Amino acid sequence: MILSGHGLTIGYADHTVGRDLDVALSTGEVLALLGPNGGGKTTLLKTMLGLLTPKAGDVRLDGKPLGELSIRERARVVAYVPQVHVGTFAFSVETVVLMGRTAHGGLFSQPSARDRAVSHAALERFGIAHLAQRPYTMISGGERQLVLLARALAQEPQFVVLDEPTASLDFGNQGKVLAEIGALAKSGHGVLFTTHDPNHALRAADRAYLLRDGTRIAEGPVGSVLNRAQLETLYRAPVERLVDTATGAVAFLPG
Amino acid sequence: MTRSALPGLAIATGVLIAGLLLAFTVGRYPVSLGDLASVLLAKLGGGRADVAPAVESVILQVRGPRVLAAVLVGSALAVAGTAFQGLFRNPLVSPDILGASSGAALGAVIGIFFSLGIVAIQGFAFIGGLVAVGAVYAIGSAVRARDPILVLVLTGVVVGALLGAGVGLVKYLADPYNQLPAMTFWLLGSLSATGTADLLPLFGPVALGTVVLIALRWRMNAMSLPEEEARALGVATGPLRIVIVAAATLTTSASVATAGIIGWVGLVVPHLARSLVGPDFARLLPTAAILGGGYLLLIDTLARTMAEVEIPLGILTAVVGTPFFIWLLASMQRNWS
Repeated sequence: MILSGHGLTIGYADHTVGRDLDVALSTGEVLALLGPNGGGKTTLLKTMLGLLTPKAGDVRLDGKPLGELSIRERARVVAYVPQVHVGTFAFSVETVVLMGRTAHGGLFSQPSARDRAVSHAALERFGIAHLAQRPYTMISGGERQLVLLARALAQEPQFVVLDEPTASLDFGNQGKVLAEIGALAKSGHGVLFTTHDPNHALRAADRAYLLRDGTRIAEGPVGSVLNRAQLETLYRAPVERLVDTATGAVAFLPG
Repeated sequence: MTRSALPGLAIATGVLIAGLLLAFTVGRYPVSLGDLASVLLAKLGGGRADVAPAVESVILQVRGPRVLAAVLVGSALAVAGTAFQGLFRNPLVSPDILGASSGAALGAVIGIFFSLGIVAIQGFAFIGGLVAVGAVYAIGSAVRARDPILVLVLTGVVVGALLGAGVGLVKYLADPYNQLPAMTFWLLGSLSATGTADLLPLFGPVALGTVVLIALRWRMNAMSLPEEEARALGVATGPLRIVIVAAATLTTSASVATAGIIGWVGLVVPHLARSLVGPDFARLLPTAAILGGGYLLLIDTLARTMAEVEIPLGILTAVVGTPFFIWLLASMQRNWS
């Protein structure tokens, strides 16, 4: 399956954020969206999710306009992992993940045995099944991110779209979430995520999409697109490139 | 569902049963539990109870309608409060704070002013409540602020004040000998004038609104998430929000049209219910409905027995509710993001 944006002009009622953007994401690959604050990352993300209507162009699913799908049909294909937040109500972790099954049930239906099984499998997959009865408000930020990932997986989508999945996590949890993003692609999902850290794109993504002032600066395999010159253009700041002599792995330092 | 909802539900049911027994037996004309049982059994069996006619009349004609009305009004306000709190993602909102009660009150007062029948008063109350909540919500979302919840609550207070002025105007224009005392007494909140004829117009809207909300109970969990998240989960938030607001306003306005403004029930009971069964609406809504009925029944029994003259219900619920709100506000500061 391919989720693609064609000639997108994105933005809100009162202002346009980006123009002439083309994006394509296939199942089984990871695409990282990079760029400075206010450059349009989140707006593009929400447009690809169908949460924002593009002002021009369209988002398609295997060539079919996303807008022709009902909100429920869409949720069964594309799942959204928002930035980690603390909810208003202290729902149990299990209930939060079960909400991922909403699009699979009717308007008046309650979660079925299958819904519970799918949710439990998602919790197991991320190693947080022991948290099932804990209040979502009382677990750590890293655990919350994994719960939101489990909820997305419970939607049984083809694509998972994540908004800065590593932003508020400690170093160890960042690594864990990046590994899970890679694992999602291996299990056949197409993954799109935004990040502030090019190293995270190098670590988890197949391709990178560089967005500045609502314009695509570059797009391609992370190994070729993420270089010092591109990053300095993207962030208008000096960047240093480090290479691990033992493994050949590359990393970038700001400043 | 490993953590059982049963203990919490059992406590709520216990409160309701205790409220029912107290309300029927306590009062100026004490009734024994035995008399109550024989009258109710005889009524169910279609026969005659072996008690004094006065006792039967107290149970069936005097206390019966009032007890049923208290249960219905309490449930209605509790269910509406639960729904509003979820929908606006804010445990501090309630039908009175969002303007539903004052809107319904203005509608009902206008109905009384024109000497309309109970069904027309109900209709006016519903329209008034709906317009008020719609206005509060529209203004609250048009004002862009860092703290939208605070804006919403403040808007509710402001719109409520304007509607209160409207109620004041109608009272000023009302006939001071017939209409004004009725309006004043009714606005303070009371069930003392409730008769059998009031029950059906109360029951219909309350049952309809409650059934709709309880049917949507699982969806309401997702509705309590941030809007975009709920939509990404496949919830058509726009139409669903209208249905939920209409259902909650329907139950609120029906109870206002019958019993006047009884504040704070819609704030206090959802919290008590949440502490019993947790925030999952699938359990919370039924529990709040049962607990709300018992809660208002207990307060109404207090209102008619604690002093020589009957104390307006709205005054007692405010005496309980205001300290509760302040405590809530203080404890929320810690975990408000």
